[in-house]
Amino acid sequence: MSKIKTLDDLNQAGKRGLAALIPSRIKIMVGMATSGIASGAQEVYNALEAEIKERNLDIILSRTASMGMDCMEPLVDVLLPGKPRLAYSKMTAKKAPALLDQVAKGTIEAIKPFYRMDEEEFIVLGGAKRYFKGAAPAYLRGIPTIQEIPFYKKQVKIATRNCGLIDPESLDEYIAKGGYFSLYKALTGMKPEAIVADVIASGLRGRGGGGFRTGLKWKSCRDAEGEIKYVICNGDEGDPGAYMDRSVMEGDPHSVIEGMIIGAFAIGSHEGYIYVRNEYPLAVKNLAFAIAKARKCGLLGKNIFETGFDFDIKISKGAGAFVCGESTALMASLEGAAGEPRAKYIHTVEHGLWDRPSNLNNVETWANVPAILTRGGKWFAGIGAKNSTGTKVFSLVGKINNIGLVEVPMGTPLKDIVYEIGGGIPGGRKFKAVQTGGPSGGCIPEKLIDLPVDFDELRKAGSMMGSGGMIIMDDRTCMVDIAHYFIEFLESESCGKCVPCREGIRRMKDILEEICAGKGQAGDIELLQEMSKAIIDGSLCALGGSAPNPVLSTIQYFRDEYEAHISEKRCPAAVCKALIAYSIDKKKCTGCGVCRKKCPVKCITGEKKKPHVIDRKKCIKCGACYESCKFDAVTVK
Amino acid sequence: MAKFIIDGKKIEAENGATVLDAARENGIEIPTLCTHDEVGSAGACRLCVVEVKQGNRAKIVASCLYPAEDGIAVDTKSERVMAVRRLVLQLLLARCPGSGLIQDLAEQMGVKPEPRFTADTDKGKCILCRLCVRTCEQVVGVSAIGFSFRGADKTVGTPFHENSQVCIGCGACAYICPTGHIEMETTKTGDSRTIWGRTFKMATCKVCGRYFAPEDQLKYISRTAGVPLENLAVCISCR
Amino acid sequence: MKKDKTVEKQVKEIVDRYGAEKSSLIAILQDMQGAFGYLPKDALIFLNEVVDVPLARIYEVATFYNAFSLTPRGKYLVEVCAGTACHVTGALTLMERLERDLEIRCGETTGDGMFTLEQVRCLGCCSLAPVMRIGGNIHAYLTQDEIPKILRNYRQ
Repeated sequence: MSKIKTLDDLNQAGKRGLAALIPSRIKIMVGMATSGIASGAQEVYNALEAEIKERNLDIILSRTASMGMDCMEPLVDVLLPGKPRLAYSKMTAKKAPALLDQVAKGTIEAIKPFYRMDEEEFIVLGGAKRYFKGAAPAYLRGIPTIQEIPFYKKQVKIATRNCGLIDPESLDEYIAKGGYFSLYKALTGMKPEAIVADVIASGLRGRGGGGFRTGLKWKSCRDAEGEIKYVICNGDEGDPGAYMDRSVMEGDPHSVIEGMIIGAFAIGSHEGYIYVRNEYPLAVKNLAFAIAKARKCGLLGKNIFETGFDFDIKISKGAGAFVCGESTALMASLEGAAGEPRAKYIHTVEHGLWDRPSNLNNVETWANVPAILTRGGKWFAGIGAKNSTGTKVFSLVGKINNIGLVEVPMGTPLKDIVYEIGGGIPGGRKFKAVQTGGPSGGCIPEKLIDLPVDFDELRKAGSMMGSGGMIIMDDRTCMVDIAHYFIEFLESESCGKCVPCREGIRRMKDILEEICAGKGQAGDIELLQEMSKAIIDGSLCALGGSAPNPVLSTIQYFRDEYEAHISEKRCPAAVCKALIAYSIDKKKCTGCGVCRKKCPVKCITGEKKKPHVIDRKKCIKCGACYESCKFDAVTVK
Repeated sequence: MAKFIIDGKKIEAENGATVLDAARENGIEIPTLCTHDEVGSAGACRLCVVEVKQGNRAKIVASCLYPAEDGIAVDTKSERVMAVRRLVLQLLLARCPGSGLIQDLAEQMGVKPEPRFTADTDKGKCILCRLCVRTCEQVVGVSAIGFSFRGADKTVGTPFHENSQVCIGCGACAYICPTGHIEMETTKTGDSRTIWGRTFKMATCKVCGRYFAPEDQLKYISRTAGVPLENLAVCISCR
Repeated sequence: MKKDKTVEKQVKEIVDRYGAEKSSLIAILQDMQGAFGYLPKDALIFLNEVVDVPLARIYEVATFYNAFSLTPRGKYLVEVCAGTACHVTGALTLMERLERDLEIRCGETTGDGMFTLEQVRCLGCCSLAPVMRIGGNIHAYLTQDEIPKILRNYRQ
């Protein structure tokens, strides 16, 4: 690959990239993010590859990451020159020959496409490019366009603009989507102060948790005294139930790299670090590949775009510690120490990594930067809500029909996300709550379903944005169990440095454990609240300082469930094992015997075609019978 | 100089001083467990928290680390402050029920054990104040002890909880330990001492003939300070 | 003795890759964990000789992070995701089933050295919940029913 040193070089690369994105030959793209691979995308890819080779077909087979609708994976996109792009969902290796047959014939008979795309948005450059001229062919008009798919209808993609559309290993394709033009603009035509001003004007707030204003952080770091400064990308996405940063790192690594170079130039830094979770091997691989490529092309290293600006990035793999998402702990880890946070009375923008000025933003924040630079801070500020501009990526998971990653303008009502994008709750069950903000956040109850989702509104509701996890819960979710789950998580992830977090959280866990076990005592709720306040006030870092939030918010909105556990020894959602019992409804049981066979402890007896019985003394409450019964005859109370 | 208010009293503090420094300078008592002149502050015990008000904002901070700033108003005994200290002491009472120091502090502040916290039996008197680890690293310079694991499992000790090859038996960790958790045993004759499971032979003073320091410690001083071992053969009283 | 030599050689090679300074420690330990399957005591003691970090600090880091293990792990690492999405979709049931079927507790290794059972804090595959990862392969939408068969496949 040749060096990219001038605008002309960029344009050349962009041309090559566009020819790869919208080629004049047939192209098949397999979505191969972690979720895709886990659903079998590698097998699909291998099958297609073998079949194409065997039939000697003139087809380009390529990889991409994920556009977010993970519940439909493996997804395979087919691009026929001059026709709409077609997406096939839930592909299997078995279906590969049939898919190739119909691709060759130009039909959609054997396998029906999930949706079609008539055009592809180029958000950085502004506008869209159509895949074909004129109207869509008649035989495809019955296939919904991507905009007609409820999951995608209300989405606006800025941070995840390229995910699932480009090959994450292709620099040319990234450039074709407008990539590195922002960097070119910044380095050759903007003063660092002007870049900072534009990011301030955009209103961009940190997407990692706290929501601190990115531009102001950059300014403080720029103004801080010191020859050597660092920019750091926090890719230690530790919130359970959140994976937007994984998707961006896997699907569009150059957007993070470009954002960091721009930030480094604005701040006056020449060294960058990306700290990635150990649990994300594909993200590490794709980032490392992209960094090496950018370096090879001269986009990282010395004299970028021949402007005299030097900058390079190193990847550091985390080693499995949630607390390392906290900036000072992350820096301790980068320095090679245990990830213990320190007090931030002196900010890391002044004294951070190796005591030098350090600017840390998370993956999604960095990925927004190139788009802001080209389109302007004003453009970004025009999207979303007043004090929460732009878009936010959420992982919509749990008890929801359309599971996946969604990017919506800030301020989108929760209701739209749950019911329109998410398609509601599976099995016709009742929506109960949504958990946001990870272990630092809280549970928002059904009655607040109209809440516009932004930094301030979530905080007012007793939760927080966090990094963007949205875990949907239905009436089979016990809120005391959820509070216990988060507290247990934090207990095991506490670094153990300060007393309130190390000792306080485990005592809270003990009490919650007893409540779940039917051993709760009168006064426990008040004690938990009292402890929560002192732990929030007294802890050294944000982990302890927000740890009680899931307990406080579940008490605030679901106090009756706590009371049922404590005074009635009852778990209303039928989750807490000590408080539930399984039985078989004689009227519904057909005596099919499935539950008898599935029971791992053989505590179900009964004759064929006659109602079965559970021996409660032997039952271990594993729920295998409940899961396997096709007649809803197994009940749990 | 930073001018500010503590408990209604106008005071001045030198630049770089912490709120704790300034308070002590002015005779205001703030309890602490993990701060020490020799090794500085860790912000770990959280007993020294105070409430800092600046305009409309009030926050709880660790006074041992928080810099004395112009115009702040510090309350060292507000309700929020006392709630944190109360919880910290209740938690430490449950962790180290055998610690006289914690019992005394709790009694002074009128804090009773929380009956919902079951007392630990496996933590000894270690409150994880980190003084020993910091002393071994910063003052002694050997880093023979450190932490292992994290969260509630965090403990202080030698690597693998085995005899440390770099420990010099100086006993500084035991001297600085505020609760007496670290045990150092000396034989009746004084010819050896045992700490962290390892026994150290003591050297005798050339003059008075008494055992005065572990041989390993003298060798260590000789090596790091570049002083011949013979020059270290006399105890402090005879020097 | 011969075996120790190879351990030392491997550790040296890893240290050369990253440099002997403190900031390389975590990367070095990660590669050691990969090379040996755990962090053998002898290897850590040898590491102390070649890097500029006290053994107490090495031990601190080696025990602080989840990715490191001081005891040998089984041939296959069975990781049950304990992310929130997996929790609300039944991860606990999976863990209990695995504990029963493997006859070990979470954190332990089977007697035959085949499996080590661990809990992992969110694999970021929330859309496939509940998930389990065995030897790096992710098993999606898992039900407790499927577990015996999956384990059988790895045993063969």
